[in-house]
Amino acid sequence: MKFSENWLRELVEIKADRAALAHALTMAGLEVEELTPLGEGLAGVVVAEIIAADKHPEADRLQICKVDAGQGEPLQIVCGAPNARVGIKVPLAMVGARLPGDIAIKAARLRGVESQGMLCSARELAIDTDASGLLELPPDAPVGQPLATCLGLPDASFELKLTPNRPDCLGLFGLAHDVAALFGSKVRLAAPPAAAVTCDARRGIRLQAGKDAPRYLGRVIEGIDPAAPTPLWMTERLRRAGLRPISAVVDVTNYVMLELGQPLHAFDNDALRGDIVVRHARAGETLKLLDGSEARLDEGFVLIADEDKPLAVAGVMGGFDSRVTDATGNVFLESAHFAPAAIMGRARKLGLHTDASHRFERGVDPQLPQRALERASDLLLAIAGGRAGPVLVAENLADLPVPVAVALRRDRLRRVLGVDVADAEVQRIFVALGMQIESTADGWQVTAPSSRFDIEREEDLIEEVARIFGYDNIPTATPAGALTLAIEPEARIGELALREQLAARGYCEAVNLSFVAADLLASWGFTERLVPLANPLSADLAVMRPSLLPGLIEALRHNRARQQERVRLFEVARVFHQGASPREAPSVQDRTSPQAGNSPLETPSLAIVACGTARAEQWGEPARTLDFHDLKGDLDALIGWGGQPQRWSVHADGLPAWLHPGRGARVARDGETVGYLGALHPQLARALDLGADVHVLELALEPVLTRRLPQVQPVSRFPLVRRDIAMDLPESVSWSQIEQLVRSTLGARLQELRLFDRYSGKGVEAGRKSLAMGLILQDTSRTLTDDDADRCVREAIDALEQTCRGKLRG
Amino acid sequence: MDDLDSRARQALAEIDKADALEVLDALRVGLLGKSGIVTAALKTLGGLAPDERKARGAEVNRIKERLADALAARKQWLEQVELDRRLASEQLDISLPGRDGERGGIHPITRALERIASIFARLGYQRADGPEIEDDWHNFEALNFPPHHPARAMHDTFYFADGRLLRTHTSPVQIRAMKGRQPPIRIIAPGKVYRSDSDQTHSPMFHQVEGLLVDETSSFADLKGTLAEFIRAFFERDFEMRFRPSYFPFTEPSAEVDIRWDAPDGSTRWLEVLGCGMVHPEVLKNCGIDPERYTGFAFGLGVERFAMLRYGVSDLRAFFENDLRFLRQFA
Repeated sequence: MKFSENWLRELVEIKADRAALAHALTMAGLEVEELTPLGEGLAGVVVAEIIAADKHPEADRLQICKVDAGQGEPLQIVCGAPNARVGIKVPLAMVGARLPGDIAIKAARLRGVESQGMLCSARELAIDTDASGLLELPPDAPVGQPLATCLGLPDASFELKLTPNRPDCLGLFGLAHDVAALFGSKVRLAAPPAAAVTCDARRGIRLQAGKDAPRYLGRVIEGIDPAAPTPLWMTERLRRAGLRPISAVVDVTNYVMLELGQPLHAFDNDALRGDIVVRHARAGETLKLLDGSEARLDEGFVLIADEDKPLAVAGVMGGFDSRVTDATGNVFLESAHFAPAAIMGRARKLGLHTDASHRFERGVDPQLPQRALERASDLLLAIAGGRAGPVLVAENLADLPVPVAVALRRDRLRRVLGVDVADAEVQRIFVALGMQIESTADGWQVTAPSSRFDIEREEDLIEEVARIFGYDNIPTATPAGALTLAIEPEARIGELALREQLAARGYCEAVNLSFVAADLLASWGFTERLVPLANPLSADLAVMRPSLLPGLIEALRHNRARQQERVRLFEVARVFHQGASPREAPSVQDRTSPQAGNSPLETPSLAIVACGTARAEQWGEPARTLDFHDLKGDLDALIGWGGQPQRWSVHADGLPAWLHPGRGARVARDGETVGYLGALHPQLARALDLGADVHVLELALEPVLTRRLPQVQPVSRFPLVRRDIAMDLPESVSWSQIEQLVRSTLGARLQELRLFDRYSGKGVEAGRKSLAMGLILQDTSRTLTDDDADRCVREAIDALEQTCRGKLRG
Repeated sequence: MDDLDSRARQALAEIDKADALEVLDALRVGLLGKSGIVTAALKTLGGLAPDERKARGAEVNRIKERLADALAARKQWLEQVELDRRLASEQLDISLPGRDGERGGIHPITRALERIASIFARLGYQRADGPEIEDDWHNFEALNFPPHHPARAMHDTFYFADGRLLRTHTSPVQIRAMKGRQPPIRIIAPGKVYRSDSDQTHSPMFHQVEGLLVDETSSFADLKGTLAEFIRAFFERDFEMRFRPSYFPFTEPSAEVDIRWDAPDGSTRWLEVLGCGMVHPEVLKNCGIDPERYTGFAFGLGVERFAMLRYGVSDLRAFFENDLRFLRQFA
């Protein structure tokens, strides 16, 4: 809601300057979003009439104008504006004037011709954004008058960011009432006089939309002058409210809407046939609208029609064929009440948002139509002449909203606000807001004016008291009440701790958007169980990510493209899949929710990506490119924090398409797949313009966060014995097989099995490898003898020889 | 005897001249070793008469002690020389960087979010969460947004084909938290939220923290006190604050909270940082809580805004570009 400060001050006495007014509005919940001072720096700018205009001999676009600025002698001004012509009145910045933007006006020669000032556009004067040509002033503007006086400046344009519960402030009339309550003054706008009825043109009105359109007023005005100019005071107020002046009829309807908050519509009366019919649209019915678009309607819309055809979408926009044109001499003015529920969402459905729909869907005072119609008639007759017909009224009083008294309890007020507001103050506030009050034993019965759609229950009244009493005047307190101690399970690693561990390992946390491009997912091979958005912002942000990796790899690429060769990123976020299993059983209350039941699965996930050298470049060790086992180290660390490594395993089978088939692994916990790690598949890497050094890991988060609550085992008092063996084994035998075999062979005597060397190449047969391992042996009941240790080693070697085709190396 | 004495004197001179531990050790062997001269002299004692043996024994032992002391002293000196020489050769450039020093960092949004959540955790608020893919009932209807209500227009919503949506705020967590239990309730719910809006100052995904307290005595004054304390705890300083009347369908009275912020250019302005209010009685009812017995307050804040103010980030988009040069500043 944008309006001129001077206009508001005309409607209500405000004992405060501009800044104090703005502050008071904001602190009353009518937030001033923008405040633009207008007409400052206009000293030396006067009304001037162009009395001659000749082509500049040296420049096609320039004219040499003679202007009368009331100085006696005409002034010569060189002007480049396209609309400069003899007879119009325009602003002249005279020599010595200093325009907004600190532009000093001096006498100058333009292409050899003397110019004694500047004719100005609205933008040059900082009173509007229009820079298309000179600001044309009305013909009756007095020559030589300071422009500020002529335009009613200085002024300011206030723009309020109104909340949806305050439609009453979408007109200055309603706003003035709130301001009056704030400043303890009175609204000065008198009811408009009833226009004299000077013709008998009339039309029947049939209400057929029930509660949706309970009141419809109309009036024919015949014989207006379609070319009548809108007076300057009105166009200026429209401009300062952000509306562009168009024609007398349109300007008057807009002006009354701004003044009173009642949207009006004007039809070309000659385009209507017979009665006005207010009815619901029929499914599939169409109407070409004012903006030229074609509206496809359904039964949810209320339509203004005549006996032949639809004319307008009620409360949203008028139709094209019945619009007022510059040839319209006979108009039919509409001033109606439509119920908010009938208009809510309608404009949006048509892809529209209009001043009318904005107001009607929030609620317009049902008592306004008569007043607004009289006001518009009065203004239109004064501006464009014509003969007014009688006011035509159709209403179903039973369908109009009935004011309801709402109870406010004194105790409840105190309890909710945490402050005692004196009874007299409560009463003063309600009276100032135009509410009817009646005292009761425990408080008041309050009836709001019909303009207040937001007063339906006790809390609404409490809010009004608080708002006018002032939130600033409510003290601050500390909540009392029982504190229940939140129990944090120790067997769960905090997400922050996990992140800190990853940061300590060199990873930076990334945050990517949750939606990605479908074709990016396709290139990774994610095509199933996807969750696409119905209304994405763009194709790049169309599908909820089923994995954190595609986005994270894009972030890696972003950094690679910025000279970051070594990248370490991780992300913790949810991934989304279509799932069959219900996420949560709908509770009793959930029955009201049509969506209870199956919904997409959201799984918290952890992913890391890495590329470049294994370690940051440094002097002490040879550089080495990152490989699978570096990431495996990260996996081991993640597993290690949980303290239950025996529940985890990695598998070479069942890999997704995006992993390198020989350098990837499936990660399982308790046998259930929980993630993957490895190098990107070379084809995918190539498609993404990445090298073989890029490695990734993604795991479901929950298993990683699960940790063992330590239960201590007795520490053996007996010494450890270590025996090292080197075995020659086939490449195809994995370390985990070997480890499992040795562990199961030696049982509890084996404390630890350490692999300390792995070799293949010269001296080892092709297809085989040499593994050097240390067996750490211990017994909890006695000291192991050399014989015991030798026996263990023998058993391990035997097992490896028999089961894995191993050979002991000398 | 005189022979031993003179040999000892000579040996002492040699000990003093010994310039290496090996030389000294050879001297020790020659003097005190199995076949050294002192050992030999001691062996001769057996053949002497008791009186003479006593005197002679004392004499030989005195010499032995002198030699041993001299050897030890010289050894210590030589070792010191050796140590000094080694230390002199073992100088490092301690200014060289340590190995493997690169650290990552936690994203500023996480940092701010965790800081916010932990402040409220200390006030007894338990963490709560809900799905990011919500249904209309939890995201809107239960929060008192009727279908087509203009308040919904403030939430540009992403939808799915089945009518579900991406939550536009963390407020549905209020509903989920309240439906499961009875007051007293104190929860804090951080998380991702979504609005179909993208420009320099809007990201289609961003983060909010929702707080909720429901109890028998909570009031608007308590809400003001709680948020003032929170702002002070988060920024570690006092701010001029103001509570402005506003409108949210799920709270009444509602407020927006501004703080008086000093911009780097020296100007100050009011900056909106929070939305809050008393939980609307209809919302309590929707969750099976008696609004006559209980009142509550709720608040919601944008984590990005807090992170921007706290860490001096001027461009919202920096949070989602994941540029390492930005992220490493949070190591």
